[in-house]
Amino acid sequence: MFQRWKESITPTDVVMWMIGGSLMLMVIWGSVATLAAGKYTGRHWIDFLIFGLAQGSIYALIATGYTMVYGVLKMINFAHGEVFMSGPFTAYFVADAMYRTDFLDTHPFIALAVVFIVAMAVSTMIAYFLEKIAYRPLRGAPRLIPLITAIGASFFLQYMFRGLYGSNFQAYPVFKIFEGSWMIFGIRILKFQVVVIVAAIVLMVALYSFIMLTRVGKAIRAVSEDKEASSLMGINVDAMVSTTFVIGGMAAGAAGVLYALMFKQVHFFMGFIPGIKAFTAAVLGGIGNIPGAMLGGIFLGLIESVGPSLFLDGLGIVAPYQLKDAIAFTMLVLVLIFRPTGIMGERLAVKKA
Amino acid sequence: MTRARSIWQHGVKTGIIGGVAVLIIALVGMVQSFNKRDIIFEVVAMGHTLLVITAVLMGYVAAKRTPRDDGLIQYVNTIVCSLITSGFLALLVVVGRSVNLRAVLVNASPVLYKALTLGFDGAAGILIILLFGVICGSVAALLYYLPPVVRRVTIISLSAMIGAGVLQELIRPVLLSWGPMAVIADYFYTSNGLTIAGAVTIVVFIAAGMTVWTLRGESIKSHYSHLSGGSQRGIKIGSFVALAFVLIVLPHVLGLFLSEVLTIVGLYVLLGLGLNIVVGYAGMLDLGYVAFFAIGSYVTAVLTSPELGFYSLTFWQALPFAVVLGILSGVLLGIPVLKMRGDYLAIATLGFGEIIRILVISDFLRPWLGGAQGIKAIPKASVFGFALAQPQYIYYLILAGCILVVFISLRLKDSRMGRAWMAMREDEDVAQAMGINLVSTKLLAFATGAGFSALSGAIFASKLGSVYPHSFSVFISINIICLIIVGGMGSIPGVIVGAAALVGLPELLREFADFRLLVYGAALVAMMLLRPEGLWPEVRHKIELHEDENGSGQPEDLSAAEPASQPQGG
Repeated sequence: MFQRWKESITPTDVVMWMIGGSLMLMVIWGSVATLAAGKYTGRHWIDFLIFGLAQGSIYALIATGYTMVYGVLKMINFAHGEVFMSGPFTAYFVADAMYRTDFLDTHPFIALAVVFIVAMAVSTMIAYFLEKIAYRPLRGAPRLIPLITAIGASFFLQYMFRGLYGSNFQAYPVFKIFEGSWMIFGIRILKFQVVVIVAAIVLMVALYSFIMLTRVGKAIRAVSEDKEASSLMGINVDAMVSTTFVIGGMAAGAAGVLYALMFKQVHFFMGFIPGIKAFTAAVLGGIGNIPGAMLGGIFLGLIESVGPSLFLDGLGIVAPYQLKDAIAFTMLVLVLIFRPTGIMGERLAVKKA
Repeated sequence: MTRARSIWQHGVKTGIIGGVAVLIIALVGMVQSFNKRDIIFEVVAMGHTLLVITAVLMGYVAAKRTPRDDGLIQYVNTIVCSLITSGFLALLVVVGRSVNLRAVLVNASPVLYKALTLGFDGAAGILIILLFGVICGSVAALLYYLPPVVRRVTIISLSAMIGAGVLQELIRPVLLSWGPMAVIADYFYTSNGLTIAGAVTIVVFIAAGMTVWTLRGESIKSHYSHLSGGSQRGIKIGSFVALAFVLIVLPHVLGLFLSEVLTIVGLYVLLGLGLNIVVGYAGMLDLGYVAFFAIGSYVTAVLTSPELGFYSLTFWQALPFAVVLGILSGVLLGIPVLKMRGDYLAIATLGFGEIIRILVISDFLRPWLGGAQGIKAIPKASVFGFALAQPQYIYYLILAGCILVVFISLRLKDSRMGRAWMAMREDEDVAQAMGINLVSTKLLAFATGAGFSALSGAIFASKLGSVYPHSFSVFISINIICLIIVGGMGSIPGVIVGAAALVGLPELLREFADFRLLVYGAALVAMMLLRPEGLWPEVRHKIELHEDENGSGQPEDLSAAEPASQPQGG
């Protein structure tokens, strides 16, 4: 490994490592300074961590969709953020109707299930037709073309939903039973955060076991290994690609409902930033790698929640929370530069780097 | 797939697609807001035209997709398709009248139903919709059965008429502004839309012109190619001089509002040509391109605005700094992404663009960059003590910039570097094997693009007199990418056509503003599916794309998929 390094080292590498090193120094210095200043207590940090965990598990769910699609088609489904948005945005109207008729308060669990089902169905449908109409005719085209299509589809979907449902922020009805907090191991945790984390974990386990344990899951894995060979083995590649989009859409729709439970509002642009962050999470975990994407999502959520206070506050930066997204994007760029195979992924190194 | 099914499935399938398309058009509010403008005064409104065009197009596609062997089967399929398409709208009206859809779909209002049924109530309205479906289907079938030449003439003359109606706000004031032409304006236009006589005149005139051209065009072309080299050159120089004259006189003919539109288009041409080098020539998809535009603007603002009080240079003193800093930042942001390709590059640059925007908007850099409130009081550029304040004069500044940038792009395209870029676009590994230094080639592309963008940003700052971080969102990047793609990647006239179509048109059609990104998105997808080389393709890129279609083919079996990209063309 060391020999290979010596051969291939170039001035640009040196510049890049300098950039990386100085950022690292900044982060360490900032953290030490923040901790030394003692502005935040342990309580604060725990709150940050739990919030980060909840947010991260949402990112993780979205990221599985990215990573699976990348696995089978080797393309970034740029419109995945819109798949994520479409579900809860549509389900908002159902939830609102149930709220008006008091059904939401009298039967909260049935209502929640209905919201989940509607959101997942819509997201799934959007993902399915997106693949069928926009991506399928372009398979085998030069790489830039599907990517541009995906960007176009992303904006088309965003503004289609804006046109259909209006451009207002819609306040999601509040589930009364998830208000307030529980004491768990002596820590006070907001109820909806617990719900989000638990639901996300359950869904991720379900998804992972589907991929690992069922025949269809096996077929999807085979397609992402080698399309030609798997089609020779009698696997219907097109159907598997569709299935992948369907599963990704379901996960995204569910993630969207969790997002709406957490931030209590939806609007047409809500998918864009979480979409990019979920992509970051997928890259962090090594794109194409499902457990990697899940861990990457949680990691990103934590960094984003803890990072501004920990790294930037100590450097005397005003209002560090405004730079939360900048931290996520910096992470994205850094991972793409220094470790494009991700924290857990090795497979792609051969294919792509 | 049985024979019986395969006859009908094209009509039904296309009809469903068309139905969903018209439903979306109706429900996102396009029909309502476009209907405010008439194509022909009080006869044809723009929203209806859009629906009819969609229905006819779908019918035509259905006819084309149907296997050719039976005589009347195409006709029946077209009608089936159009009936299904209009059936979706009829269904919407039926449902919408009994259920209040408006609680969910903001545009499903009685106004929409009234527009769709042409004001008829009850069953008559539904019948009207279906009747229009049948008419659209028949028109589509007629177009299909017409000989190709006649079809082309019909389509082009009708679209010219529609174009003249849509662009009324561009053409009418220009005609009115000049005494004798006002008579012509009154003949063709009313206060909203064409007159009937005007519309007929346009159709007849264009059709006649087209017919003459089809009959005699070849001989005119051969006449031109048989001319001696000298006179061919004379004609070229003559048309060049005429073009230059038009460009110089343009803002004075067009008046204030249209000159403003022109300046905006010009800024986008500058941006587009810059990104064209990165995306079109070198094949690197940069989604953070707006960052350099922002850098150019902000450098100019910081250096010239007395509000912040650091420096108060003039525009011309600040311009070199803006461009040089833009180029430097292009190199700086280029270094980290040198090893990335395709999608990773796109996402990384998107990240850069967002980071810069977030930094500018934050309170952290507020003392230096003005935060969310931006920087105001940027002085106008002035030439020999004459301030370029009105759009008519700023136009010349932008025109000068565009000419410079077009010249550089043209020269670069055929240079050694340009060929290196294109080689890299086609295959990075092979290019490297051929001895192209990827590092310097890529960085130079980023630097040149960034320089153009910063130039555009500097002009933008002085034009507006203020800069706000909100002007530099990712949409600008998407906008620019879109105009390059629609125009044709790597093609300089393509960028200009793209900018005029995608930036100029929406500025002229204010109703359109809300649907801008919707249409952009649809245009990107449609272009990629149907015509990836763009409206005005660059020759080499076109060959490259089609080679790929015919040559390597698709390894995986796509039996179930429709060959959607094939029949179009015409």
